[in-house]
Amino acid sequence: MRRFSFFSAMLFILIAISTKVAFADEAVAIDTGDNAWMLVSCALVLLMTPGLAFFYGGMSSVKNLLNMLMMSLMCMAVMSIQWVFWGYSIAFGPDIGHFFGSLSMAGLHGVTPESMSGTIPEYTFIMFQMTFAIITPALISGAAEGRMKFSTWLIFIPVWGTFVYDPVCHWVWGEGGWALGMDILDFAGGTVVHINSAAAALAVCIMLGKRKSSNINPPCNLPMVMLGTGLLWFGWFGFNAGSALSAGSSASFAFLITNVSAATACLTWVICEWIGTGKPTLLGACSGAVAGLVVITPAAGFVGPIGSIQMGIMGGIGCYFGATKLKQAFGYDDALDVVGVHGVGGTIGAFAVGLYSTELAGAENGFFIGWDGAGISLLGRQCVGFLAAWAYAFGVTMIILLILKAIMGLRTTEEQETSGLDISQHKEISYHLELEASGNLKH
Amino acid sequence: MKRIEAIIRDEKLTAVKEALKDVGVGGMTISEVRGHGTQKGVTEVYRGRSYSVDLLPKIKVELVVDDKDQDTATKAITEAARTGSIGDGKIFISPVDEIIRIRTGEKGSSAV
Repeated sequence: MRRFSFFSAMLFILIAISTKVAFADEAVAIDTGDNAWMLVSCALVLLMTPGLAFFYGGMSSVKNLLNMLMMSLMCMAVMSIQWVFWGYSIAFGPDIGHFFGSLSMAGLHGVTPESMSGTIPEYTFIMFQMTFAIITPALISGAAEGRMKFSTWLIFIPVWGTFVYDPVCHWVWGEGGWALGMDILDFAGGTVVHINSAAAALAVCIMLGKRKSSNINPPCNLPMVMLGTGLLWFGWFGFNAGSALSAGSSASFAFLITNVSAATACLTWVICEWIGTGKPTLLGACSGAVAGLVVITPAAGFVGPIGSIQMGIMGGIGCYFGATKLKQAFGYDDALDVVGVHGVGGTIGAFAVGLYSTELAGAENGFFIGWDGAGISLLGRQCVGFLAAWAYAFGVTMIILLILKAIMGLRTTEEQETSGLDISQHKEISYHLELEASGNLKH
Repeated sequence: MKRIEAIIRDEKLTAVKEALKDVGVGGMTISEVRGHGTQKGVTEVYRGRSYSVDLLPKIKVELVVDDKDQDTATKAITEAARTGSIGDGKIFISPVDEIIRIRTGEKGSSAV
């Protein structure tokens, strides 16, 4: 009898477990609507990197234009492979010390067609996160315009991705990450993408040194900057609304908020420079739109429409001063203002989440919404988050650059810079006018 | 025979072309050039950084005319290209020793 009850108890447990498993399977059944939107989002975010290439390329000297485009394109090539080999595992693998994931999922080990991430297949989630891992190092390239050895850049991308991007991504979004555990809010990557890349960009321009003044030219192609801005704005809907990881109202909310903030900051920047330098410029409008997109990234799913307009104004004003005054004041040569736009905008965004996030969007109330201690606590946690990211990304990037400098050198020679990186690094140039192209074809 | 070389504002090219056609001077060669004279250039501001652009784009019109047509042609160019502001350009006139039409081998005035 005793024996029978033991077996029946075992049986009961087994049935209970199997029911639970069955129930769990049912709970994570694929939602094809969610998956369809997330697949589209993957493609939208991936398109941001060539968009960024045009945005940066149009601002660079014509003799460095191809090099600028190439730096972004190579991030697509290199990070896609890095992400599969070990990047995804470090960012989203089983937690080690709340700091990074283990390598147990290297090569996407253990991921099957049945693996789910919420209501979407894990494959979709891997691809979506891959596009973020691609654009983040590409953002850094703006600081390096016209003076970084291409070979060094190619090595820098996966090393930086491994030691800076992947761990910070794990802190904020990975299961067990310390920032996630502290309930630090970062909807779509204000800290992971923008502060991370800007802190690295600061290290890059300090380590590379300044460009020779004769190599600092006005933007070579402003229509190209506009093209890039359009692609970025378009792709950012995937970036922010896709970060809802579903096709529900949170995605719709983030989509709307993203557009409103971009529009507000675009207008704000133009007004700032109209007052400051006397003329409204296309470059200013493009810079403002991107600033508005950066500032709303950590907040897209958390703040209301009016909050997003206020954040757009803060982002427009903050990044205007970041891009036009900050580097002159401190004397570093951040060629295309990665720190001024992504660093300042990302930090304002991360901070302002603590001011404007609202229960309406399913988040806790920020200080300006709740006016209570909980808001102050959130604000404090947000500050911890962005300060940690600034310090870690800057420090580790400096170490990586010091090692690369010792092994292969960072900077091109003065001669190469004067003739331009297009011809010296790639032996090609952007435009061949008919007359110049009349050379004889050699096989 | 005289060679007339006129540096003009690029937006004045159409007006100059029309004016020369009206006075019956056919044939010209134009090129896009960069330069500056009294007009010292302009300042452009990008993200708060000022760049001085001192070599401005201009159009160079070159034509060769008979001595008798020199005044008509220069008058037409001057009137068509003038705005009255700094940067209107200059006209240089120099003698031409010989002209040869490549197709027929004609020389001198008949080759103009």
